[in-house]
Amino acid sequence: MAYGEKVLDHYENPRNVGKMDADDASVGTGMVGAPACGDVMRLQIKIDDNGVIEDAKFKTYGCGSAIASSSLLTEWVKGKTLDEASQIKNSEIAEELALPPVKIHCSVLAEDAIKAAIDDLKSKSDNAVAS
Amino acid sequence: MKSNMQLPIYLDYSATTPVDPRVAEKMSACLTNEGNFGNAASRSHSFGWQAEEAIETGRAQVAELINADPREIVWTSGATESDNLGIKGAARFYQKNGKHIITSSIEHKAVLDTCRQLERDGYEITYLPPDENGITQPEAVEAAMREDTVLVSIMHANNEIGVVNDVAAIGEITRARKVIFHVDGAQSVGKIPVDVVAMKIDLLSMCAHKMYGPKGIGALYVCRKPRVRIEAQIHGGGHERGMRSGTLPTHQIVGFGEAARVAQEGMAEENARLITLRQRLWDGVSDMEEVYLNGHPEQRLPGALNVSFNFVEGESLIMALKDLAISSGSACTSASLEPSYVLRALGRSDELAHSSLRFSVGRFTTEEDVDHAISQVRAAVEKLRDLSPLWDMYKDGIDLNSVQWAAH
Repeated sequence: MAYGEKVLDHYENPRNVGKMDADDASVGTGMVGAPACGDVMRLQIKIDDNGVIEDAKFKTYGCGSAIASSSLLTEWVKGKTLDEASQIKNSEIAEELALPPVKIHCSVLAEDAIKAAIDDLKSKSDNAVAS
Repeated sequence: MKSNMQLPIYLDYSATTPVDPRVAEKMSACLTNEGNFGNAASRSHSFGWQAEEAIETGRAQVAELINADPREIVWTSGATESDNLGIKGAARFYQKNGKHIITSSIEHKAVLDTCRQLERDGYEITYLPPDENGITQPEAVEAAMREDTVLVSIMHANNEIGVVNDVAAIGEITRARKVIFHVDGAQSVGKIPVDVVAMKIDLLSMCAHKMYGPKGIGALYVCRKPRVRIEAQIHGGGHERGMRSGTLPTHQIVGFGEAARVAQEGMAEENARLITLRQRLWDGVSDMEEVYLNGHPEQRLPGALNVSFNFVEGESLIMALKDLAISSGSACTSASLEPSYVLRALGRSDELAHSSLRFSVGRFTTEEDVDHAISQVRAAVEKLRDLSPLWDMYKDGIDLNSVQWAAH
């Protein structure tokens, strides 16, 4: 299968690869997918005191399109508030990377990943308030 | 030092092979006005006679490769057609004796889908699981036998993992019970010795393009002693003794015949070389962590190697291996998210089934090619493991089976 230029670029030079401390209260972790399906994405975001995403890291097990989708997402979420980041749609990722129909699920996974990371952050702050 | 290496390096000989130059030359002589272009069915002039003679030479060459009589060779378009003709043809001819068929769950789709079609037509199929090495055990075939079993279809060598079944042992079982034994020999004929008499094979599917012959030509061996009957699937002018109608493609058959001759002539020497290359490739990657050989370590085709690189997904691995023409064992490149059904049948975990590469070396592979492949694979696996959350988890000592995955 021929890959689009942008997928290749992100695949060859993935942005923001890495891991942050998942126990840090300012870090939200979203892990989505399953090895059985051939895709696992781990997306982590770190917010500053104003609730703005100051850093994002990812690691992805999956095809080139899954790697590119998560790499692109880390670029997009930086500087955004959690509300803004939660507005990112899989269709925007798919469009930006020119994903073919069989690879749309990779962008869906990326959207799931950011939502999961935001939920994780929110549940952390809720717990902090509760205790 | 100037390298003679051609990029990308072709390591997909299990998919198809280039035509050997000796074969191409013979084929070219059967096409144009100056050449042997006649219709072998023309009985009234020399053009037809010459074509017939060339076809009978090819028939004898293919027959000799498998220790058959030339009259036992039926030309087809390839192994897929041969599988269809052998399985449907025998099942339908012998349906009065019963409608039960035994096959294995890791056959090529040409066999599995043919069996599915027969299921729709009222046949009952037993799909035997292979053992953990990918071998279909003869005892399992024997245990699955019933009063109404009419046909057993087991592949000689598997296309994905390259393991070789003990077809002679299965042939003993089927012949003793007078059950028809079909063997898909697409991956084995021309690569390893096949003897239809010693192996007690009744029907054998073959094709030319996996043994340095052209695509578009295959054959079905139909045993005469004991006499095996099949019902034709393609009807017409009654060619091939009524078993497969259609004008014979002289150039294709001549090519198949020459490929068979060349294969037989150099088989022992070529296989010694291929086993060395395959071992070199395996030695070059197997010292990395979490690397697994899929399929039996010895009972396999000389040039075939299937390896799982744990925690790395096969399609992205292939993407990183731009200099290599290889295939992923995983079906992920299609729209399906299912991992390889062959590796799953071996009991491999989903991660390992998604992480496999199929390497196959062949006649034109060099040591330099293999060395380049090794360094590319090592670099790519390392790069992708750095990107892999599963590798992280493995390194942190987390058991992936204990994780509650959010399947999508």
